[in-house]
Amino acid sequence: MLLIRCPYCEEERPELEFRNAGEAHIARSANIAGESDDDFEKFFFIRSNPKGIIYERWRHMHGCARFFNAVRDTVTDKFIMTYKAGEPKPAKLPGASK
Amino acid sequence: MKKYSVFAIAREAMRGHKGWEAQWSSPEPKKEYDVIIVGAGGHGLATAYYLATVHGITNVAVLEKSWLGGGNTGRNTTIIRSNYLYDESAGIYDHALKLWDGLSQELNYNVMYSPRGVMMLAHNVHDIQVLKRHVHANRLNGIDNEWLTPEAAKEFCPPLNISRDARYPVVGAALQRRGGTARHDAVAWGYARGASARGVHIIQNCEVTGVKRAPNGAVTGVETTRGFIGAKKVGVVAAGHSSVIMNMAGVRMPLESYPLQALVSEPVKPVVPCVVMSNTVHAYISQSDKGELVIGAGTDQYVSYSQTGGLHILQHTLDAICEMFPIFTRMKMLRSWGGIVDVTPDRSPILAKTPVPGLYVNCGWGTGGFKATPGSGHVFAHTIARDDPHPINAPFTIDRFRTGRLIDEAAAAAVAH
Amino acid sequence: MIEAFRIPGAGRLKQAKTARFSFDGQAYAGVEGDTLASALLANGVHLVGRSFKYHRPRGFLSAGAEEPNALVQIERDAARKTPNVRATVQELYDGLTAQSQNRWPSLSFDVGAVNDIASPLFSAGFYYKTFMWPKSAWKNLYEPKIRAAAGLGVAPDQPDPDHYSARFAHCDVLVLGGGAAGIAAALAAAETGVRVMLADEQADFGGSLRFESGARIEGQDGFAWAQAAVAKLRAMDNVRVLSRTTAFGYYAQNFVGLVERIGDHLQKPGRDLPRERLWQVRAKRVVLATGAIERHMVFADNDRPGVMLASAARTYLNHYGVAVGKNVGVYTANDSAYAAAIDLKKAGVNVAAIVDLRDNPTGPVINEARALGMEVNFGRAVIRAGGKLRVSSMTVQPKNGGGERTIPVDAILMSAGWTPSVHLFSQSRGKVAFNDETKRFVPGTYAQDCISVGACNGTDGLMATIDEAYAAGTKAAKDVGAKAAKSTKPKIDASESWSRGMLGAAPGAGPGTTVKAFVDFQNDVTAKDIRQAVHEGMHSIEHVKRFTTNGMATDQGKTSNMHGLAIAAETLGKPIPQVGLTTFRAPYTPVTFGSIVGHARGELFDPTRKTAIQPWAEAHGAVFEDVGQWKRAWYFPKPGEDMHAAVDRECVTVRTTAGLFDASTLGKIEVVGPDAAKFMELLYTNPWEKLEPGRCRYGIMLREDGFIYDDGVVGRLAPDRFHVTTTTGGAPRVMNHMEDYFQTEFPHLNVWLTSITEQWAVIAVQGPKSREIIAPLVEGIDMSDEALPHMSVREGKICGVPTRLFRMSFTGERGFEVNVPADYGQAVWEALWAEGQKHGAGAYGTEAMHVLRAEKGYIIVGQDTDGTVTPNDAGLDWAVGKKKADFVGIRGMARPDLVAKGRKQLVGLKTKDPKVVLEEGAQIVGDPKQAIPMKMIGHVTSSYWSQNCGRSIALALVAGGRDRMGETLYVPMPDKVIEVEVTGMVFFDEKGERLNG
Repeated sequence: MLLIRCPYCEEERPELEFRNAGEAHIARSANIAGESDDDFEKFFFIRSNPKGIIYERWRHMHGCARFFNAVRDTVTDKFIMTYKAGEPKPAKLPGASK
Repeated sequence: MKKYSVFAIAREAMRGHKGWEAQWSSPEPKKEYDVIIVGAGGHGLATAYYLATVHGITNVAVLEKSWLGGGNTGRNTTIIRSNYLYDESAGIYDHALKLWDGLSQELNYNVMYSPRGVMMLAHNVHDIQVLKRHVHANRLNGIDNEWLTPEAAKEFCPPLNISRDARYPVVGAALQRRGGTARHDAVAWGYARGASARGVHIIQNCEVTGVKRAPNGAVTGVETTRGFIGAKKVGVVAAGHSSVIMNMAGVRMPLESYPLQALVSEPVKPVVPCVVMSNTVHAYISQSDKGELVIGAGTDQYVSYSQTGGLHILQHTLDAICEMFPIFTRMKMLRSWGGIVDVTPDRSPILAKTPVPGLYVNCGWGTGGFKATPGSGHVFAHTIARDDPHPINAPFTIDRFRTGRLIDEAAAAAVAH
Repeated sequence: MIEAFRIPGAGRLKQAKTARFSFDGQAYAGVEGDTLASALLANGVHLVGRSFKYHRPRGFLSAGAEEPNALVQIERDAARKTPNVRATVQELYDGLTAQSQNRWPSLSFDVGAVNDIASPLFSAGFYYKTFMWPKSAWKNLYEPKIRAAAGLGVAPDQPDPDHYSARFAHCDVLVLGGGAAGIAAALAAAETGVRVMLADEQADFGGSLRFESGARIEGQDGFAWAQAAVAKLRAMDNVRVLSRTTAFGYYAQNFVGLVERIGDHLQKPGRDLPRERLWQVRAKRVVLATGAIERHMVFADNDRPGVMLASAARTYLNHYGVAVGKNVGVYTANDSAYAAAIDLKKAGVNVAAIVDLRDNPTGPVINEARALGMEVNFGRAVIRAGGKLRVSSMTVQPKNGGGERTIPVDAILMSAGWTPSVHLFSQSRGKVAFNDETKRFVPGTYAQDCISVGACNGTDGLMATIDEAYAAGTKAAKDVGAKAAKSTKPKIDASESWSRGMLGAAPGAGPGTTVKAFVDFQNDVTAKDIRQAVHEGMHSIEHVKRFTTNGMATDQGKTSNMHGLAIAAETLGKPIPQVGLTTFRAPYTPVTFGSIVGHARGELFDPTRKTAIQPWAEAHGAVFEDVGQWKRAWYFPKPGEDMHAAVDRECVTVRTTAGLFDASTLGKIEVVGPDAAKFMELLYTNPWEKLEPGRCRYGIMLREDGFIYDDGVVGRLAPDRFHVTTTTGGAPRVMNHMEDYFQTEFPHLNVWLTSITEQWAVIAVQGPKSREIIAPLVEGIDMSDEALPHMSVREGKICGVPTRLFRMSFTGERGFEVNVPADYGQAVWEALWAEGQKHGAGAYGTEAMHVLRAEKGYIIVGQDTDGTVTPNDAGLDWAVGKKKADFVGIRGMARPDLVAKGRKQLVGLKTKDPKVVLEEGAQIVGDPKQAIPMKMIGHVTSSYWSQNCGRSIALALVAGGRDRMGETLYVPMPDKVIEVEVTGMVFFDEKGERLNG
């Protein structure tokens, strides 16, 4: 069971309190009705599915109920950081070299 | 390839089993092949086997980053069935089931296909509606699947708890008698032996690190940890790693890879005579020929390549097993493990040509790919050899999410009201 | 009474009380503190089991958890049978009853042993090469035979009366293993005041101090020191000490699963005690002090009962006071077996000979053995053990060949060296490294916040172990923020030390081809099998393991993995690290399902949700159905009624007078805020901005892909307040779906979302008399059609409590849904019931609700739709706001295949024979005479007998259905074909006049 830091509660809590909500930083177009089939496919179906660093969303379901973002290594399942929804994708990860 | 038989065993017994030849050769990679298959799991090896036997294409390399059959082939709970709802799914899974029946003889390798019956339990009215929809659709598709009362279900599987007092009582079941299990390692080994005997090179410990394309976009070969290997046709059969390999060719996939755990108990004398599955209580169980109860359930919730998962997932799984079989609490979990399953948005596989000329992909089997192994390999070999899908896999395109022509087995089964 | 092999004055159980037990029906006596193994050995019993494949007679290999052979069935009573219990771990209690396994008719004469004679046929993987002819014989003949022969014990056949418990715990430092290393680490950490947990799988702490007679710590015997140190730890408030507790799994982020055995060693555990308790511990730091396991020597017939690990014989002597024989031989490749020989010799056991594979070893134990007059042979191998049901001799030969000499013995003590227990380290995803000099894998690269100390880290000798462990404990405490404490590092007065040894097959293991030199005892894997696997192309250790089954038995290869690996490496001509090590997987030792499941059985398997009105329904004889986690009243049979009759009556009652229905399970969400209408516009297909406060609208929610996700009636209570209802099963996911969009896609909207499902009980009152029933109880709401038309909502009071009164109908009759705070749900229901009785109203259940709505063609999402149905498919285009620029699903439902012709559309079906009721899920075809596989064009989604219509009715999804009105289609059933006519979806009151009737 993973231990996840909720950036709103500012606490590490067990995975049982959270629900994974898929890849992060996939914005819904403000003009979604006008998107092409290709763009809609990219938005809703295509996923990075990286072996390594993933930017993903979690919800602190049985806690503050907020959605937030996390950076995790999918090979080790180690969390690198978590941050609030709406914050930009971090330009640099803690511990990563330039 | 020397034939296996009881006589061969008797002959070898006389000389201390020193005369057995290697089941597959371990060649050095050549500079170029006609076809490269990425991934020596069951599906990849079957593809190579049928390329050789059906299409006469033997200048084939199967590249494996680790040991053959070591991915989901060697980690799954070996359930075989074909009682899927949609015509497309029923088509491919029943194609596989027909090949399972006779595969031991075809390969001259006992894969222990055991049609002991797969029983899917209903626990409420919604389950009955869903399972009966399957039963009726299967019947008209020529696929056996019959409806059982709780009493008949218990007669077929005596340890099952059908008490009305259960939290989720059994209210009926759908039984596919031709469903069952097979010996997972033997499937990989049997196909490997058959392919190798026909000249296919199975190259283990050879990880693909890049996919090379010509200026016109067509595939020219792959970079590997053992150097560049050329081929004009590359079939990617990399299960949980499909996204990774396809990305190397510049193709982003509608896939996510999740941990799927399974476990076995200590071996006991025969007690579970068939496969039992429940979507509502959510677990499945069978008993191996060795006597171990083989148990699985759902995936972890997050994308991972770690081949491990959380204890709480196993807890939910065993909760469910002991709900269906309360007599098993004193049984012991002997071994648990994890695989990486690649899941598509509609839970059906992709078995298709790709936008890249010469690149083919066979992926997205999710938690249920083992049962399709022979059928998948058979039609994927066709797709590669002819550069055109077999009618059976034609619906399993890569672009169906764009158009909306889904084969949504998950939606058909899992929506509760 | 002193048993024949209990040595007076030896061991630590001298004062213990007698415990009587039986094995295979024979009565024996042991003492409390014994294991079943030590008690049997005290009685001279070595033969306790049969092997998996060849049914070879087997005895005890070990004195611990690594035991592959001595598995028995323990039966407390008819419902408490436990198969595959290791006799070396099972503690003795008075009255224990054990049976041997996998033998027939008896342990000493087992018919299955014919497999041993025929064993040349049963080579590794033989079953892959035969049993293929004829095809059907695998299922009908071979497999049943193989299955019956395989398996060890017998599964229980009754529900388990015992219960299992679970605890979560957090600590700063978790120490796994309670030998000298673990105790020292725990002491060091505990003294700093941090929270420490110390766990050991055995009943007594001390680990190898149980048998190491040469260890003295703090002026006392090592084992006595361990007890004193653990007593001190137990007395500290910041320390939790768990004995009989096995750490079985090491998961991500220092999450460790342990099982504590609480009842199995007690004569009468009592109903209050759980049998076992699962501990799930999150630790800031983990210290692994899991020790090492001795390996056996691989030589011919090394499985004869009486052939055992040297440390096991020493444990039986030094701890239990039991001699494993009267005349023992020793076969070793390292020093530790000498210490065993010396202890046995001093206890009066004759040591016939020590056979040492090494050429010219030196050391104090060798000198001591010689000084005690023992025969010591260097450079020699035991090439064969004699005897069958018990070892009778060992045959010795110079290791490079030469004359054989057979020495009579009644036990052989063997040691090939020690394998560090890196299981948990490896489970933590740490990478092991091979030390070529000492021939062992030790922890290399760590992946988590843990540290290995002592024997599991390849540290030899008590002195170095204590130093390392104490330092690790101190550092772990410091890492979690503790201040340094005064060191109380235990002082070592005397210790034992050994290392090295050998891996793989000894000279006695062949290359002769008829030799059975066992690597894996339980699975009958011999050195020859492993060589054969390599010859057959199995070049990866994982292939070797799977092909031979080496290391896959209930002991998971604790004694066999390293030997198997070494033999494979030798055969391949590769160094061991290049062949690799198989993955260590949880659990470390087998764990009962019960301990994992804990309380989650029966009622507690899953919570049961109950409405406020459920007690009334129970009291009035309702039959319930499971809907998600809810129990819902399905129908209310009167005496003598079956389901059919009850449902018919309920349906008619609603349409003639009125019915009361508990609709509390419907999901309810309050959407509040200045932007509430904007939010609703985005989440539902319908337009909401113009819906007047006080009015309701049927809303459809899509997923982004354009398929129907949920539906429900939405009431606008105020300009900024919507009362949204969802399907019963959909409530949680709809709430999650809304929150997701609100928090991440539309955070600019000023809205609050609140789940109010549990807050409001909902009583549907439907039928021509519904208004008369409700009106007398309502205050402050004008109930006239003008003031409260169909699809409107008012707030007021009913029976003096607040209500949100909806005028709406899921039956097609005049209808209301009375929402009241859940606490008043039953009281208001009873008041309405009393009013209803005046008018002849009745209660109806979910089945009647389904029939009534189907009569009106109202759909149920999840039954009439299945996640592949668009609003248009469902005939709900009217509910999609055509002028809207955006809502969730707007783009998805415009994809080419979602707007293509020929899609399946919801229609009504009438059977040509009105009495025939279609089966839900039945498939529809255009041509019933076609051959299988038939072209199916749709399926029946809902189907009922309608007493109100006097005929059967059905809804179906049919390809191009709306263009097929009046067409005849066919439903082929196994025994007949049913003719149906495609119709509209409304079967009753087509004009909808009864809504105001």
